[in-house]
Amino acid sequence: MTPFRIRSPDVTLFVDPALERRVDRLELPWSSLGIDPYGVEKHAVARMMTALQLFYRRYFRVKVTGIDNVPTHGRAMLIGNHSGGVAIDAAMVIGACFFEMEPPRLAQGMVEKFIEHVPVASIMAARCGQVPGLPEHAVRLLRDERLLMVFPEGARGTAKLFHERDSLVDFGTGFMRLAMQTKTPIIPFGVVGAGEALPTVYNAYALGKIFGVPYVPFTPWLLPIPVPAKMGIHFGEPIVCEGTGREDDEQVRSKVDEVKERIASLIAWGRSRT
Amino acid sequence: MKVLIPGISTPIARLFAARLAARGDQVIGIDRRGWPDAPPGIEVHAVDVRKRAAEDVFRKSRPDVVVHMATVSHFAAPTEERYRINLGGTQAVFEHCATYGVGHVVFVGRHTFYGAGPESPLYHVEDEPPLALASFPELADLVAADLHATQALWRAPSMVTTVLRFCYTLGSTGHGTLAGFLRGKRVPTVLGFDPLFQFLHEEDFVSALELAVDKRPRGVFNVAGPPPVPLSMVIHETGRTRIPLPSTMFGGMLGRFGLPRLARGAVSHLQFPVVVDASAFRAATGFQHRIDEVTAMQAFRAAFPVR
Repeated sequence: MTPFRIRSPDVTLFVDPALERRVDRLELPWSSLGIDPYGVEKHAVARMMTALQLFYRRYFRVKVTGIDNVPTHGRAMLIGNHSGGVAIDAAMVIGACFFEMEPPRLAQGMVEKFIEHVPVASIMAARCGQVPGLPEHAVRLLRDERLLMVFPEGARGTAKLFHERDSLVDFGTGFMRLAMQTKTPIIPFGVVGAGEALPTVYNAYALGKIFGVPYVPFTPWLLPIPVPAKMGIHFGEPIVCEGTGREDDEQVRSKVDEVKERIASLIAWGRSRT
Repeated sequence: MKVLIPGISTPIARLFAARLAARGDQVIGIDRRGWPDAPPGIEVHAVDVRKRAAEDVFRKSRPDVVVHMATVSHFAAPTEERYRINLGGTQAVFEHCATYGVGHVVFVGRHTFYGAGPESPLYHVEDEPPLALASFPELADLVAADLHATQALWRAPSMVTTVLRFCYTLGSTGHGTLAGFLRGKRVPTVLGFDPLFQFLHEEDFVSALELAVDKRPRGVFNVAGPPPVPLSMVIHETGRTRIPLPSTMFGGMLGRFGLPRLARGAVSHLQFPVVVDASAFRAATGFQHRIDEVTAMQAFRAAFPVR
């Protein structure tokens, strides 16, 4: 890897030229300034991917199966599980879609709304394509044929303690209604290893309130600094759900449970391989 | 076509008036500031739109179309004056339009109607209420004027009402909220935030208004052109220097050390984006911007270089 320097109005950072070429291949409608209509910035994505590559390839040594199940073009929703205190798993899924797919795709996550209040984090999220979790954003992104990444467990998912890491908490029904409404295929995935990378033993909710976040995770070494545990991401076959998204809760809930079961089996399968 | 333009003296309204006059429309303007060197073919009445003399202009000229541009932003006037001009003036214009049988009235509003907030959607559509107004109370008069204009859609159904919510403008006149904010050498931003800004070159603004007059779309429409640009990039591309200030210090620093004077509520617009979906206007009128965001910023930079 031969890094070179690029300049942007804000920062000068190392960017891997090979990754910058991959960013060029993302099917996003860049303006002449390298900005897409959602505020994703080409150079910011290249910078993020340069940093992410080190963690993805060297630190967590991520193994991916079933990446062919993710469509190379058009709208799709990646639906999976959270664990491990902070959203390391989300970053690695973004990495999998960018590093493993041909052509690369940018998975755009629906991030917790509190991020918008957090200085710097809100800029980084927006420039790298991660948008606040509002239904309006999800509908618009899917209509623009983007790849949406949703963790239906939300912050309750990352708040799982170490012994709960492979379990699933309640899924909301919003993602399913959205998939039905926009006729979007769901690609289930299971992540294993994030709970080992950042084994949470306690969540300090009161401390989180002070910092404006849902909670602060504590590990055996106190700080939420991940260790280099191996991670696996396993994508399942697409699920297409018929309907309008306006069905009764019971009908939608049964489809949600189906997706949840598929994710649970992908986690179990991934765990059996480690 | 006979077009009456209240608020004709602003640089951008003059561009619009000149465009209409050049294509053969009869243009009449009302503005208490006057327009002493108005080009031939443009008749200007230096009267206040809320006064009796303005009503006389409506009565005598009997315009086919009224394009109401007589509103001011918080940069230009203190609170009470803004309410008188924006809300009182809009009320007077719509009353006169209804009384003197104007067929089509265009209200030129702003996209800041929607407000900026951390939980607002990135792209605003026309049927959204002004949810984030609480964070920027200084916009209340403009929002009220916009809502009053919108009410005309059912208050005066025989008249075609077009309410346009324009994004910011940028170009060589230096007129408008964004241009005013960028005028100085140093531009304050809120530390740790970099919202998207959406702007349209002045020539495209005029083209959009011209299309609204010609196509007569009924309803409320957002108007925008090129994709939005992060504020840091706007400052960089216009040759300014960004001064990031912590939000807690922001209010105290404004108007000092060469920084522009802003309303306190403006801080929310420097933290969170106000971006609009303008697809309905494009569909109704066929509008397409001709000047991209880079050219608009370069035009402003060339007209107002930093020394």
